[in-house]
Parts: sequence; structure tokens; C-alpha cells
Amino acid sequence: MLEALDEYRYTPTHEWIRREEDGSMTVGITAHAEELLGDMVYVQLPEVGRVVAAQEECCVVESVKAASDIYSPLAGEVIAINTALDEAPELINEDPYGAGWIMRLQPSNADDFEGLLDRAAYAAVVAEDE
Amino acid sequence: MGSRTSLYENHLTANAKMVDFAGWDMPLHYGSQLAEHHQVRRSAGMFDVSHMAVLDLHGPRVREFLRKLLANDVGRLVRHGKALYSCMLNPAGGVIDDLIAYFLTEDWFRLVVNAGTRHKDLAWIQTHAIAYDVAVRERTDLAMVAVQGPEARTRTLATLHSSLAAKANKIVNFQGVSGADDYTDWFVARTGYTGEDGFEVMLPSSAAPAFWQALGAAGVLPCGLGARDTLRLEAGMNLYGNDMDETVTPLESGLGWTVAFAPVDRDFIGCSALLAQQEARHDSHVANKMVGLILRSRQVMRHGQIVRVAGIGNGMVTSGGFSPTLEQSIAFARVPAATTNECEVEIRGKWLLATVVKPPFVRFGKPQIA
Repeated sequence: MLEALDEYRYTPTHEWIRREEDGSMTVGITAHAEELLGDMVYVQLPEVGRVVAAQEECCVVESVKAASDIYSPLAGEVIAINTALDEAPELINEDPYGAGWIMRLQPSNADDFEGLLDRAAYAAVVAEDE
Repeated sequence: MGSRTSLYENHLTANAKMVDFAGWDMPLHYGSQLAEHHQVRRSAGMFDVSHMAVLDLHGPRVREFLRKLLANDVGRLVRHGKALYSCMLNPAGGVIDDLIAYFLTEDWFRLVVNAGTRHKDLAWIQTHAIAYDVAVRERTDLAMVAVQGPEARTRTLATLHSSLAAKANKIVNFQGVSGADDYTDWFVARTGYTGEDGFEVMLPSSAAPAFWQALGAAGVLPCGLGARDTLRLEAGMNLYGNDMDETVTPLESGLGWTVAFAPVDRDFIGCSALLAQQEARHDSHVANKMVGLILRSRQVMRHGQIVRVAGIGNGMVTSGGFSPTLEQSIAFARVPAATTNECEVEIRGKWLLATVVKPPFVRFGKPQIA
């Protein structure tokens, strides 16, 4: 599994963001975060339609080890959530950058994407963690 | 860098995620804590528990000493290798540690105590041992491996030297047996911390890596401290430091069953404090008890969360987590003694309903809660 992907952007709080062709942004947590948390057992997803500010707590993931807040990387509206996580929270462990996605946002300002961490900058954050 | 057990290299080879535990570098898991938990419930898993302290007590008056030192009564131990679970209390009845005592010979008992309390336990025991001329020897030369699960005994017996296997095959629950000849430092006990059948094997540290490998070849998978914690929680077993410490007594910790008040002429340390507390409980509204909780929603209860019982008062979650067997959150909580069948737990600002139950939650692979 790739530790982090070039076309994604990242946050210091270990979320990843992928820009979709329709301009929406998919959000998940990084492999580094899921490894630190261990096996996921419950994901409390946000409601579709919720409007969130950047860095706002919008979701909670519970692992065998701890509960952890997920922060919205961008301001926008939640337009989709990964309901598969209800029955299979382990998707976050198995495929954090793919099937383990958490939510999709319609950003208030699409340019905010470029202001997030790129792969190299996120790698530096992880290196500092360790 | 922390202390390392003799199995440290084995853990690295098996890709363990290593963490600090009471100053020891120990495996948290080897990939998936949930998979390791299920492995123990369904087949067999092995745990490196060499960080725990093995203390050998020698002297003609060692039995008399332990009848003073421990809240449970080693007077019950008459057969070589027999084990007893007990708390060691301070004069106020607070729990200094919980431990297992093994009777080996009339002048030799063995205690296995927690890693995190090793130093204070040793100091406490040595202080009180002087009056009984009991010598305390810390067996840092021994490793300890717990093999647990429905297939644990069969697979361990296939791995042990035939002379020791023949003896170990016959022991009943909470009974141990020593090896002979080249295996005199090996001790196999039918004990554990998971709610499953199995063995705990003490052996020379130098022999541990090969034993671990042999168990692996017999199909026993390594399991870390993470699975150990969820297994013991499901099994209704307390964790020192979480569920009890020096500020509470066994009576407030679900451990009243381990206190031997009879015979009444045995005056163990903490006895009078416990008797006074027992007396006070009859007419007091402030007394606490330990219960099991099952959360009725999908969040996860954790140590330290506040519990409230309508019209009665507050308590606290002492151990909480996700039960892989029941697939919901379970916990132990210290609550007012008048608590009946329901309470609420505060999780991230919300009060969530929980059902009060009597642990264990799981025993021998089967849910115990309807």
C-alpha cells in the first residue's frame, strides 16, 4: 500500500483529500493515522447536508485503542458519506485511501485544496511524529 | 529504550508493533488486534508475559508469612503446584497489587506480580518478610509464555518435552507442575487471563525463543497486549491500575470473592479495614460496587468516563472497550451500591444508556450475557 499518494492533499491532523472530476472533494484518514489507531470498530459519520467549516470536528472514528476526531480539511457541505463503514469500519484499515473513504464535500472555495499539504509536506509531518 | 524480554527478537521478526508498557518494550499487536482476539477465542494464541515479575519466597515460615501478607488464604494450598489468586493489601485495605501465588514446597512459594508494580511490591514484601526469615528471590532468569484458547493445551503439550508434557497433561484448572532433570526450571500451570483454557509456562529465558518458535510451528499465533486487554475484559478479569489500586478495597472492586475472612483467627494485612468497611456498607448510601456494563449504542466506553445512575449518584468506567466477541462496547464500572439494571455513560458530551450486568461477558468462547 502506498504510504501517501501524489495526487492527494493532506492535513497535519492526518486527513487526506482527493479532488474528484466533478469538483467535489473526498476525505479519509491516512495510512499513518489508521496504523496509529489500530483496528477500527465504529465510525460516527456526519449527516449529509451538514455545512462544515475548515478544521471543524465532523466525524469520530473509534478503534480498539481510542476515539479520534476527524476534522474537515475544507469549508463546504457534506454531499455524501461512506455508509459501508457502518457495517465494515475495518475498510479504513484495509484500504484507507480507497474503500475506506469517509465523506465527500462540495467545497465553498475549490482553491482551498491547493493550500493543503502536499505529499512531501505531509511526509515531514509524519517524520516529526515518529 | 525500555527493558526487553528474551522474546524481543521474536516479536520484531513477527512484525510486532512495539509499545512501552511499564518500562518494557512489548508487542501491542502483530497486525490486527481483533484477529488475535478471535484466534484465542477460536483456536490458540500465545502471549509473551515475561515482563511480569516472578518472585520465589523461601523459608520454613513462608506459608505463615503469606497468610499474613495476602487477603486470600494460602492455607488452602496443599498440593504441589496449586495456584491461588489474591490481592495484597495495605493496612487501610487498599490494593497494592493482585497476584497469583503457587505452592511449590512447604518452604517455597512463588508469586507472579504485575510488571508495573514490581518495585513497590518487592519493597513491600521484603519489608514484611524479615520478621518471618523469608528470603525473596526475583527470578529474572525466567521467561513466561501464556498459551490460551480451546486448542492451547493440545498444541502446547505437543511442543513440551515428553516427560513434562505427560505431567502437564494431567493438571486441573489453577494447578501447575514442575519439570524434572533438565527441566527443573520449567513450570507449567493451567492458568490464564483470557477466560479460555490454556497454560502459562515459566521457563529459562535462554530456552524461550526456541519454545516460542516451536509453538508457532504448532499453529499457535502470537498475540499482543491489545488482545490481552480485550480478552480479559470480556472474561471479567480486573486490571491493576485501571480497576483497582491503593485507594480502593477488593470489596469495591468486584474482588470480594478473593478475600478469605475465614478462619477468623487469620489476621492478614488490611483485614480490620475490610471488616469495618463491610459493617459500614449495611447502613451507608455512599458504598460502591463494581458492575459490568453493555452500551446500548455503538460508541465505545473507555476508562475514566463518568457514569450516572438516575436518582442515586455517579460512578466511573474503570475499564472499557469494544468486545470483539459481542461486537459492542463493554465495560467495568465502579457505581453506587444501590445501582440496579441501568445507567448512563458520558461519551463526548452525550449521556448514553448502558445495561448493568454481572461479568464475565464471555467464557470459553461463548457469550454469557443474554
